[in-house]
Amino acid sequence: MLRIHYFASVREAVGRDREQIEIPSDVATVADLVRHLRTVDEGFERMLGEQEQVLVAVNQAVAGDEAAVADGDEIAFFPPMSGG
Amino acid sequence: MARISVQTEDFDLGAEYRQLCADAPGAGAVVTFCGLVREFYDAGGADEVRELRLEHYPGMTEKSILEIVGQAERRWDLLAVRVVHRVGVLRPGEQIVFAGVAGRHRGETFEAANFIMDYLKSEAPFWKKQVTRGGSEWVNIRESDREALVRWQADG
Repeated sequence: MLRIHYFASVREAVGRDREQIEIPSDVATVADLVRHLRTVDEGFERMLGEQEQVLVAVNQAVAGDEAAVADGDEIAFFPPMSGG
Repeated sequence: MARISVQTEDFDLGAEYRQLCADAPGAGAVVTFCGLVREFYDAGGADEVRELRLEHYPGMTEKSILEIVGQAERRWDLLAVRVVHRVGVLRPGEQIVFAGVAGRHRGETFEAANFIMDYLKSEAPFWKKQVTRGGSEWVNIRESDREALVRWQADG
């Protein structure tokens, strides 16, 4: 099981703030997960088209496309931060 | 010593300053920075901001801020650090962020406070949405904020 969180403009574009999915057997990295979500989820695909830049965090640390994704991980998608 | 808070409540500058002094006996300098909600943000900026909605990623936010403070502590000889970041709905003029650093000398204490603020703006998972009369929109990171990070990285 993967816990996926969406924040800010990404959350609004996807239309929900979180979900849980069974990890497909062909998903081993962030890039694989993105490819999977694009094919099964129209909202996710549309969001990627609209957003200028989307960051990914694996277990609460920003990660690149090649980062490993494993059962039980917490994944988050969000736009560049704008704090302070 | 580092104390981190992410909260909806306002904070008291005087109380934060006194706590920093108490946390850092022997300090020769205390730098405090307080950020306020502006009346205009980017993207046109013609329309006055009525409120700012601050969203964050609970858990990762605290971890990121501690990581930023840790980097500052490795870079400079600091005695105490305090960061308060507010979330939720804020109005122009309200306090939004506090960064306080106690150190031995002025130069490094100023630098450390500046470093923490620069990283807080673009590496901690906060997002601002501004609400104006005309609607609402997400605030993008400014180019000058990105450049600030490049400068620290170049300084090594």
